[in-house]
Amino acid sequence: MNAVAEKETQTEVQPASAEREYVTPGVSIIETDQGYVLEAEMPGVNKQGLTVSLEANVLTLEGRRQTAQVPGTLLYRESSNADFRRVFELDPEIDGARISARIEQGLLTVQLPKAEKVKPRKIEVA
Amino acid sequence: MTLTRWHKPQNWTLSPFRSASTLRDEVDQLFDYAFGQALRAQNFGRGAAGPALEVFEDKDNITVRAELPGLKKEEIQINLQDGILAISGERRRDEKQNAGQGFRSERLLTRFHRTVSLPAEVNPETIKATYTDGILAVTLPKSEKAKPRQIPISVN
Repeated sequence: MNAVAEKETQTEVQPASAEREYVTPGVSIIETDQGYVLEAEMPGVNKQGLTVSLEANVLTLEGRRQTAQVPGTLLYRESSNADFRRVFELDPEIDGARISARIEQGLLTVQLPKAEKVKPRKIEVA
Repeated sequence: MTLTRWHKPQNWTLSPFRSASTLRDEVDQLFDYAFGQALRAQNFGRGAAGPALEVFEDKDNITVRAELPGLKKEEIQINLQDGILAISGERRRDEKQNAGQGFRSERLLTRFHRTVSLPAEVNPETIKATYTDGILAVTLPKSEKAKPRQIPISVN
C-alpha cells in the first residue's frame, strides 16, 4: 500500500518565469494507527518561507530558503541554493481537513491523519 | 584546503516517471542506488555520513555552514584542533520513528562527522556558532597574523 505516493511533478504547467530550479527535500514517511507522519528536510527554511498546500488530493510542499548571506568569497559549496519542492498524491483514506504542519530547525513535519472510517477498530462481539 | 567527499542524499526513487534527468544522471543514480548505500553502510572511506557544507572567507572571518535539519543544539558538537574544524553528532531516531512503520525513508539517521581544514589561522577564543532553521553557521575570526596587511613603503 502506498497511501502517500509521489506525484510526477514535471508535468505540471508552470509559468514561463517559473524556470526556477528546485531541489527535492529528503522525506521520511511513517505510518501509525492514527495516520501518517511525513518529515521533509528543508534546511534554511522557516515558517515564512514555507508553503504547504492541498488541492484535491495533491499535497505540495514548497520551501524558500531564508538563509542569510555570508560576507566574503565562497570557497566551497556542496549545498544548493535552490528552493525545495515536492509533491505527493494522497490516498483518499487521509482526512484532508485535519492535516497539520509545522517546521522546526529546517525539518518540516506534516501530520496526515487517517479518516475515522479507515482506522482500525475493535468490533465488540455481541 | 582539503575536504572529505560528501555523498549526496538519496533524494530520489526508482521510477519511470522520474523528473526530467539526463541518462547520465539516471545511470549515476542507479550505481548510487546499488552501491552507494552499501558503501555508506560500511562507512567506506570516511567516518560517517556528513552534512553538506559551505565555506566562505572574507578578510576577517572564515564562515563554515552545515545543513543539519531537525536537530537539537545539544546534539551537535564542534571541535577545533590543529586548524581543523570538526562538526559531528548524531541524528537519532526519535519516538516518532519508532512508534510507527516507515514506508519511505530518505533521511539519514546516523552519526555524522565532517572536518574542514581551515584555509587560515583562526583565533579559537572568538569562534561563534549559531543554529537557525536547521543550518549551523560557525564564524571563525582570523588571527591577527593571518589577516591581510598592507605594508607601507618608505621612501628615502
